[in-house]
Amino acid sequence: MDPMVSHYEAIELQMVPHPYKIHRVIKETHDTFTLELKSNTSNGKFAFRAGQFNMLYIFGVGEVPISISGDPNKMETLVHTTRAVGTVTKKMAKLKKGDVIGVRGPYGTNWPVKAAIGNDVVIIAGGIGLAPLRPAIYQIISQRKHYGKIILLYGTRTPADILFRHELEKLKSRLDVDIYVTVDRATREWNGNVGVVTTLIPRAPFDPINTTAMICGPEIMMRYTIGELVKRGVSHENIFVSMERNMKCGIGFCGHCQYGTEFICKDGPVFSYAQIKDLFGKREL
Amino acid sequence: MKIIEPSDINSLINALQKNGYKTLGPSIQEGVIIYDEINSTEDLPIGWTDIQDGGKYRLEKRSDNALFGYVVGPQSWKKFLNPPIQKLWQAKFKNKNLEIIPEEVKDMKFAFIGVRACEISAIQIQDKIFTQGQYINPNYQKRREGIFILAVNCVVTGGTCFCVSMDTGPKASEGFDLSLTEIITNDKHYFLVETGSEKGIQILSEISSRDARENEIEFGNQLIQNAAAKMGRSLNTSNIKELLLKNFEHPEWENVAKRCLSCANCTMVCPTCFCTTVEDTTDLSGEIAERWQKWDSCFTMDFSYIHGGSIRSSTKSRYRQWMTHKLASWYDQFDSSGCVGCGRCITWCPVGIDITAEVQTIRETEHFQPVLKEE
Repeated sequence: MDPMVSHYEAIELQMVPHPYKIHRVIKETHDTFTLELKSNTSNGKFAFRAGQFNMLYIFGVGEVPISISGDPNKMETLVHTTRAVGTVTKKMAKLKKGDVIGVRGPYGTNWPVKAAIGNDVVIIAGGIGLAPLRPAIYQIISQRKHYGKIILLYGTRTPADILFRHELEKLKSRLDVDIYVTVDRATREWNGNVGVVTTLIPRAPFDPINTTAMICGPEIMMRYTIGELVKRGVSHENIFVSMERNMKCGIGFCGHCQYGTEFICKDGPVFSYAQIKDLFGKREL
Repeated sequence: MKIIEPSDINSLINALQKNGYKTLGPSIQEGVIIYDEINSTEDLPIGWTDIQDGGKYRLEKRSDNALFGYVVGPQSWKKFLNPPIQKLWQAKFKNKNLEIIPEEVKDMKFAFIGVRACEISAIQIQDKIFTQGQYINPNYQKRREGIFILAVNCVVTGGTCFCVSMDTGPKASEGFDLSLTEIITNDKHYFLVETGSEKGIQILSEISSRDARENEIEFGNQLIQNAAAKMGRSLNTSNIKELLLKNFEHPEWENVAKRCLSCANCTMVCPTCFCTTVEDTTDLSGEIAERWQKWDSCFTMDFSYIHGGSIRSSTKSRYRQWMTHKLASWYDQFDSSGCVGCGRCITWCPVGIDITAEVQTIRETEHFQPVLKEE
């Protein structure tokens, strides 16, 4: 700790949520939503790196870790996308414009957006896993010329569960980005891919030797995705995943997010597969 | 090295109090020796010792009037440095206005009296966790800065002690302000005193003492060496990290899970276990909420809960997490073992599960298990 920072300030920095006002609520799918927040205080800017998360607090309900899903270059709005599954997120889904929540963060490691420069980039998302990857997509697209091929492989349960649908459609209309979407269960109007996201990997047009892969989704999905990427020849060092565990503090003190030797909150959530391959897939670790 | 008399311990307590310290030390409450506020030697467990074994703790009378004739009880000093329950902040919410006020830790000076060598190691381990990493825990740091450590070298050993194996005792070699070695012979009772800091030198200068003679120092060392030779338990630590990591699927984890009650006692009594959870409370008006931090344990189901279920749902996986963290992943995280050999987890386990025996079982049988493939 900086000796100039008082004890009081240090607590404020790390443990105390700051009030943010809800600027806009976007209903994404039947169970997912996006909150756009603006700071009540400070200079109104929120700096973060793609892949990081915040602890979001609802007064009288509780606090949960939620990844940031907005554009790192647009610091005046803080954006979170999540699914209503637990006590806090279900309450969060009912918030309206003007409501106030607490935010502390950002915490954790980031996607290797800079390290991937010069490479093909393959982004593979499952379900809500697209949310923590969106900041990386924004950043990469904004510097399109620095990268080789850009490929997004996205899998969801049904066509109705496709997150950020309009954005994906807009992105798809670009000629310099390849987007493939697949669903587990098709409905009548769907004429796209059906099947798990891993089935898209063998035919995706990237050069395995010069590829950086970023994966976020359920652990089982990430496990099979890594398997397919490795089969195509992508090195362990160039495969990145975002891990998830129970978290209470976000700064490595509460112990809940331990994953073998790693604390997901501060050593992760983004890890290279090389870093955690001895832990990955071990049951009940 | 100086010599003081048993009656000087009172003067020492007084000197600490005069210097603004709240004096905390061992005293008997409800049949066990715990750490609480003490104001004179009368409060110490004079003439008592503790008999310890797996799942067993009894106090017994000694044949002398030793002030520190016992080892460690269920509590450790972490209860003062990182309290079991502490308020982190208060939130006020009115007319969509959210205000959060952090709880300020008060300035305070604590003198810990009777800190054992293993406990100093435990404090140093928690120092590393809370004050020497990427983030600093300001509450811990503030409390820690005001601590005076009066160590006591162990001349008796408990039935579950294994500090020699962990290289943390029985003599306190550093990390104290003053250290005492209690010496009782047929006709004499005195303390050898060693200073470990400027603060210690200052306090010692405020009470009467005389220089120790060579033979007295030698005798004190002899007593500590005798204690070291009589450890109740031992733990073979050679390649322990590799041993546990490569035996993630050893059948002994299943075995221990049949006995383990998942009660979390071991984590509560452990002087290095640091996990916490938070609990938010709201008042009846619905306008004031508070966040409280509480000790937590990796033995609970809740600990690893994430949408839909617990990552570690079996007792086997929770025991394995605890022991592997202590003895293996701790090295990667904090560059030391997470175990100091105090034996508390053995004594206070209701079914007497013995961490030293569990390691030994895995060590002796690791080659007999079938090679299991990772999924």
